[in-house]
Amino acid sequence: MAGIVGYGAYIPRKRIKTEEIARQWGKDPEAIRRGLLLEEKSVPGFDEDTITISVAASRAALDRAGTSASDLGAVYIGSESHPYAVKPSGTVVAEALGAGPDVHIADFEFACKAGTEAMFVALGLVESGRVEYALAVGADTSQGAPNDALEFSASAGGAAFIFGDRDLLVDVVDTYNYTSDTADFWRREGEFYPRHGGRFTGEPAYFKHVLGASRGILEKTGLTASDFRYAVFHMPNGKFPLSAGKQLGFTEEQLKTGWVVPTMGNTYSGSSPTGLAAIFDEAEAGDLILLTSFGSGAGSDSFVLKATERLPEARDLAPTVRSMLDGPHEYVSYGEYAMFREKIIVND
Amino acid sequence: MRQVAIVGAGMTRFGELWGSSLREMFVEAASGTLDDAGADHLDSIYVGCMSGGQFVGQEHLGPLMADYLGMAGVPATHVESACASGGVALRMAFMEVASGMCDLALAAGVEKMTDGADVTNVLATAADQELEVYYGVTFPGLYAMIARAHMEEHGTSEEDLAWVSVKNHRHGALNEKAQFRREITLEQVMSSSMVSEPLRLLHCSPVSDGAAAALLCPLDQAKKYTDRPVEILGSGLATDSLALAQRANPADLGAVRKSADRAYHMAGLEPGDIDVAEVHDCFSISEICCLEALGFAEQGKGGSAARDGRTAIGGDIPVNTSGGLKSKGHPVGATGIAQAIEIFRQLRGEAGERQVDAARIGLTQNMGGSGASSVVHIFKGV
Repeated sequence: MAGIVGYGAYIPRKRIKTEEIARQWGKDPEAIRRGLLLEEKSVPGFDEDTITISVAASRAALDRAGTSASDLGAVYIGSESHPYAVKPSGTVVAEALGAGPDVHIADFEFACKAGTEAMFVALGLVESGRVEYALAVGADTSQGAPNDALEFSASAGGAAFIFGDRDLLVDVVDTYNYTSDTADFWRREGEFYPRHGGRFTGEPAYFKHVLGASRGILEKTGLTASDFRYAVFHMPNGKFPLSAGKQLGFTEEQLKTGWVVPTMGNTYSGSSPTGLAAIFDEAEAGDLILLTSFGSGAGSDSFVLKATERLPEARDLAPTVRSMLDGPHEYVSYGEYAMFREKIIVND
Repeated sequence: MRQVAIVGAGMTRFGELWGSSLREMFVEAASGTLDDAGADHLDSIYVGCMSGGQFVGQEHLGPLMADYLGMAGVPATHVESACASGGVALRMAFMEVASGMCDLALAAGVEKMTDGADVTNVLATAADQELEVYYGVTFPGLYAMIARAHMEEHGTSEEDLAWVSVKNHRHGALNEKAQFRREITLEQVMSSSMVSEPLRLLHCSPVSDGAAAALLCPLDQAKKYTDRPVEILGSGLATDSLALAQRANPADLGAVRKSADRAYHMAGLEPGDIDVAEVHDCFSISEICCLEALGFAEQGKGGSAARDGRTAIGGDIPVNTSGGLKSKGHPVGATGIAQAIEIFRQLRGEAGERQVDAARIGLTQNMGGSGASSVVHIFKGV
């Protein structure tokens, strides 16, 4: 069975605190922190976008894999903030990494689950023998309208995974997909910010699909929550993944490592993949890991993964997620945030 | 005029009913009502709905609802008076049966509010566009001004407001149809998010979906449908200026007072005769103002009624035993009918854990906008 031979993540250094956003709009920061369990979130600088985040995370993945970019047969970027409406992100990423030109490129978009979509397809191509190595990235500079609840969570970052069929760091034990036409969050062509159905994004959207996919893969594999050392679910806020985990029978101990949202925010396509990378930074050989993403519109991809003895040896070859979250960072004011997120209209 | 009775009732649960459309909710409530009374035909249908057009893009509700109920051909009329649409639909059905124009009329109310519309702005169309909405005010803002005026004039406190919500949630926790079937504490209300000072989140009724319906016939035919009809003794409708600023005193809801006076006069009763009442608590301050306008409390003294337990089940005038708009939910067009259903249940002794002992006479008060229209009905268990 194919699996993951390298992984990496990238989180921008700039941060904005929940208090700062709440202050701007006259909201009660305590109510937000208590309600959404969000302390701060990452903010992309002027020179950071989905492409640069993807390149940084992918370089870390190549370092851990010990493979050459020229061995990549596929480069897939999952995001809902591709810098170009027409023109792929993947071509820029591939050239920056030194991959190709004999490489297949595709950009994926499925709200917040584009990253695990790319992973699912990359895995399948390696398993089929069509390509030797395939790179899958989930990255976003997430969009949220000013003064929308999303503004407290929408952040920047991502993670990259290289799939291969030998020298695995992590085995892919099984996968499961759960999808329906559920319009809980959307952005029409030409609109600047996404819209959402408020509380409709909860039970009929996030929970139905996350629980549906997770229960599906547990049934398919015959595993139960207690068989796992770690689990990570898509993190639109702090509360939802903890609630989903609890409903599935997972403990706080199993959830806390991948639960990076309180200080990272929701990196959309990069959310559960970055939580997975944080788990890889800690997991020991033999540990079972459950990953379930969620993308509005709506669907979830579940993966059951098992760490090999090679994982602990590879993790020091690139920066860990926690080192980026807890390491040097710089807080910005709402004004600076608005500038960096290009919410201030200026003349050319 | 003929004497008129309610002989059957039905309603959906209130809440975020994402799996039910406007017409489905109507059919559930209306067919439940027909089943309840064992009726197989209708002479007339009134559909109270504030704004199917703005909430889900659907107008022309009379024929639509008649058709989906399997009653195409029956006279059917859409009634609109903002959040009082349901109460006014009941009045229209009452008048038609009382006049002898028909024998079996369905009074229904329905609203689908959670289908993606900008609810605050849709509701604001019930305020004065030129004198109020144009300047940015919304209903929480208007009721906050009413609350401020009441506090300034009568010394009503934020805690008085909060007790209304605590009391109504205590009642609603006992109602299987309620959107929020849980009790809340004074501390939770007082620390909930500020919406429009002094009104906090838990002073405000929620955004809801739901439908309710009641079947009316002449009292002398009521036994065909039920052993326990509930007679409508009085109906009063009154209006005031749409714009709050044009009223002499914003804390005195004149239309509520006038509509109540008319209903009391028609019924030959006084406030002291009422055993149980459903009152339009779209915001906690509105229950306080309405208690005064209905004569249940002296002008300016309504603030202490919930705190003192007067309006709780077991108090001297139990108000909003259903949980009120606050806890039961407020699908605006359905509210006036749902209020009548609660009184119908109370006067038949069918209210279960929230039954008011020996309830014989009940009252409903349903209003639109910031009190620009108000409709009051008085009922008697037969």
